[in-house]
Amino acid sequence: MKKFVILGAGTAGTIMANKLARALPKREWSITVVDRDNDHPYQPGFLFVPFHGYEPADIVRSRRRYLSRRVGFVEALVERIEPDRQKVHLKGGEVLDYDFLIIATGARPAPEENEGMLGTEWHKSVGEFYTLQGCTALQRQLDAFEGGRLVVHIAEMPIKCPVAPLEFAFLADSYFRAKGMRDRVEIEYVTPLSGAFTKPKAAELLGNFLTNRRINLQPDFALARVEQAAKKIVSWDGREIPYDLLVTVPTHMGDPVIGASGLGDEMNYIPTDKHTLLSKAAPNIFALGDATDLPSSKAGSVAHFQADILFENILSVIAGRAPEAKFDGHANCFIESGDGKALLIDFSYDVEPLPGNYPLPLVGPMALLKESRLNHFGKLMFKWVYWNLLLPARLPAIGTHFSMTGKRP
Amino acid sequence: MSIRTINNKPVDVDAEGFLTNYQDWNLEVAKVLAAEEGIPALNERHLVVVNFMRQEFAAKGDGPSIRKLTKESGVPTKELYELFPGGPAKKAAKIAGIKKPHGCI
Repeated sequence: MKKFVILGAGTAGTIMANKLARALPKREWSITVVDRDNDHPYQPGFLFVPFHGYEPADIVRSRRRYLSRRVGFVEALVERIEPDRQKVHLKGGEVLDYDFLIIATGARPAPEENEGMLGTEWHKSVGEFYTLQGCTALQRQLDAFEGGRLVVHIAEMPIKCPVAPLEFAFLADSYFRAKGMRDRVEIEYVTPLSGAFTKPKAAELLGNFLTNRRINLQPDFALARVEQAAKKIVSWDGREIPYDLLVTVPTHMGDPVIGASGLGDEMNYIPTDKHTLLSKAAPNIFALGDATDLPSSKAGSVAHFQADILFENILSVIAGRAPEAKFDGHANCFIESGDGKALLIDFSYDVEPLPGNYPLPLVGPMALLKESRLNHFGKLMFKWVYWNLLLPARLPAIGTHFSMTGKRP
Repeated sequence: MSIRTINNKPVDVDAEGFLTNYQDWNLEVAKVLAAEEGIPALNERHLVVVNFMRQEFAAKGDGPSIRKLTKESGVPTKELYELFPGGPAKKAAKIAGIKKPHGCI
């Protein structure tokens, strides 16, 4: 009996477990998935919780329930991976042996990496929406907010779902308008990048998105520290931005277990080949999704495309063949723009987000790089797709590779 | 994409003046780009950063994060901002002849 162990039952780990469950003969392979708890959050839903679009209970389900029945699920904290002896050490002393290991432990906000961020005001006037706890606390903060400076801030790249902070700013504008208090709220978007949109086509077509919504932009802001008592953030070059409510996206890191096992880079991400998706850690260790150091976006849709490619290459490696499937960095995502509208972007390693129609030319039905109600509807529908098609790995693999069809360069 | 001339040699640049061909770069080109970014002379410490960025780009197809840069190049964050005032990630990338640090959109 050969053993497949998967660390992490989030988007990436769950999809891969379910793919392998269908492909590997039961008599020859065992598949075990480990996660610290049994609460699978629908992470795209975090964005909506502060604005009462979803309540916390709407977006968490059992991890176990979304894993194939032939997959073993172990609820435990992983302490260390021992690649030389092919063992995973769990908290409490239990040890799992593996023949093949998939690390899908994701990325997490690491506010302890940012000076002054964790303090008495954490999850109060210093809010975040990248954890269930954080988006729930932020809902209360927004409910009670009477006006003043709302600063939406990214500490450091890369982060998960890189457009989410921008979406937050758009939704906040829309939310405060609906509450009839937009004139009392000043919204500022603070980014370490050189602008809100850094790709030429997006910058050209969406350049007025912030000014139209009266959102001020502060580019090139690299966070040195948060000063909670003075309610301001300070950059390395001495710029100071005051806030009444800070909505920050802290520095992200891979799981500490990656660092503890000596398998990661300086941010605990696993070095991974950008095309074959094979990890550079060991021939029998694979990595998937946000846990990798891939230059593709850290997002569930990307993990899903990666899973199609890695799955093929895993089957090749197991069979002793050369891995032939190649990932092209394909990503797509809906971007909420407020007032019941959204944009859709579709891009790859080599091609920036372009305008056009998706997935088909002219008829779409989705419009690319352009606001529409249908895109917003698509974003809401995606929750159903996530639980019912994406996690069970039942979406057809036709969209795995990026396509220029319908796009206007 | 457009072509400009640096030291009598044509090089490909993007709309913001970032080199698009890694091979077009050399120290003389770097000096010209640095001057345009308000850095009249490149010292040894500038070059530590620039060389690290090029190495990282060659290995990974993308520039390093500020965190990686400060941790592995031995240039602390504060100094980095003194060397490349107003945005080291962007300025150092430009002078190093690699792609601009970007988001996905």
